[in-house]
Amino acid sequence: MRLRHPWRNLIAVVIVVYLAAFLWDAARRQPFQWDTYAKYLFDQRVSQAALVTLQLTIYSMLIAVVLGLLLAVMRLSSNPVFTSISWFYLWIFRGTPVYVQLVFWGLLSVIYPTLSLGLPFAPPLITLPTGDALNVFELAIIGLALNEAAYLAEIVRAGILSVDRGQEEAAVALGMTWPQTMWRIVIPQSMRVIIPPTGNEFISMLKTTSLVTAVPFTLDLFARSRDISVETFTPIPLLLVASTWYLAITSVLMVGQYFLEKRFARGIGDARPDGAETRSSPAPQTGPIGAAGSSDAPVLDKREHQ
Amino acid sequence: MTQTSVPMVEADQVSKSFGSNHVLKSISLTVNRGEVMCLVGPSGSGKSTFLRCINHLEQVDAGRLRVDGTLIGYREKGDKLHELKPQEAALQRRDIGMVFQRFNLFPHMTALDNIIEAPMRVKRMPKAKAVARAKELLARVGLADKASAYPAHLSGGQQQRVAIARALAMDPKLMLFDEPTSALDPELVGEVLDVMKELAVEGMTMIVVTHEMGFAREVADSLVFMDGGVVVEAGDPRSVLTDPQHERTRAFLSKVL
Repeated sequence: MRLRHPWRNLIAVVIVVYLAAFLWDAARRQPFQWDTYAKYLFDQRVSQAALVTLQLTIYSMLIAVVLGLLLAVMRLSSNPVFTSISWFYLWIFRGTPVYVQLVFWGLLSVIYPTLSLGLPFAPPLITLPTGDALNVFELAIIGLALNEAAYLAEIVRAGILSVDRGQEEAAVALGMTWPQTMWRIVIPQSMRVIIPPTGNEFISMLKTTSLVTAVPFTLDLFARSRDISVETFTPIPLLLVASTWYLAITSVLMVGQYFLEKRFARGIGDARPDGAETRSSPAPQTGPIGAAGSSDAPVLDKREHQ
Repeated sequence: MTQTSVPMVEADQVSKSFGSNHVLKSISLTVNRGEVMCLVGPSGSGKSTFLRCINHLEQVDAGRLRVDGTLIGYREKGDKLHELKPQEAALQRRDIGMVFQRFNLFPHMTALDNIIEAPMRVKRMPKAKAVARAKELLARVGLADKASAYPAHLSGGQQQRVAIARALAMDPKLMLFDEPTSALDPELVGEVLDVMKELAVEGMTMIVVTHEMGFAREVADSLVFMDGGVVVEAGDPRSVLTDPQHERTRAFLSKVL
């Protein structure tokens, strides 16, 4: 039998052999302390911490998505006040490290001992001590969310800009208002471009939660497993435990992303009946809307403008 | 048409420029109720821009545009024009259907969903009623069996017919067609023109920017030739096509006929 790709096969065999050797070695290597790893992998403190990490990720991403959407729409609006606010926000939150921002949020009660609600230069309606109003968990979420919103705003903006201008025109010509046009026509189509990098951000956020120790918040997965290892003097197996949990959650998120992508590829990413452009799902992840659609409907906006 | 001449669209010295480019230079035109007007001319002559001014997709710099007696896009105060708020302009567009060169169907919705979207969102029509009406319209454009197809699964001609049904779903009193067959393969042009002919026969007021001189000759009540942002020649399509009075019209027609 002749192999079709002799070099490819050879390289694969070499890699598999090295990998097997590495695993064989790792399985018996003392510092990994697999018995300790097994003991703590499903330790209740660890699984609780994994849940806290998941909560930090989901809550901060939810806030960040809403805020990011708002910032993106503000950036694209024709109102110069809105565009300036959005630009300034991005400048601050994208331009400073998230770790530094988290330390600042932790110091909020030092900088502002009380939080008041009311009009500027007028007596406040409500005043609360900062420590009572916000605990460290909430501060961590705020810190992560506000930083993330800046990145998501750019992703959403790119998504909105990727939708053919003709879509907005068609909706407007039907008498739809601008909010209706955005919500029903433009944003659903932009999701195809928005979801892949947002999935990325989600996974990135899961890992960034390990920085909340800067607030200081210490009930997340990384801080908790480190605390245990300080007691037991077994840092390496507990790092492996934490990594296993991060990897497990990331894998679940990736499955979710796959299904979301399929959902928003409706009508765009699938095959034509004549089979000329048969595509396997999921749809291509980049490129403007309509690129994968009918060959009769090019993406180019060829409006006559003369 | 046998109806008495009631104007549906009145353009009075409409001017428009993009920067220093004067695209429309004092255009005055009238289209009566139930009439079909074809706008022809070389590309860059301003015909599409003029069409887009009629539903205020473009602002006009000077002049007045009226549809069914209502000033479009502006409010007149004294002798000054104030642009309408976006919601007010949206309200005016309900009655003016538009069909685009590139169809601009919503690709994430089925043919049926494309058609019911505006009646449901804009007119707050109950879903059952909107669906019944949409099916009726799909049957009218010969696509009764394509209700659940996504635009990407339809040919260009089918997409354009769905787009026409989508515009008709708002029960417009005026239909604007912006080169509706220019993006189609030649063998698909006929099916779209047939639907438009039927509409014309049923008495719809239509303004059609087109290069289809056969359609203009057969269906239009008036033909307008534009070049360089002005109306060069206008009149009965048969006489303009066979006996153009103006040199520029003659030069253009000799190239397209």
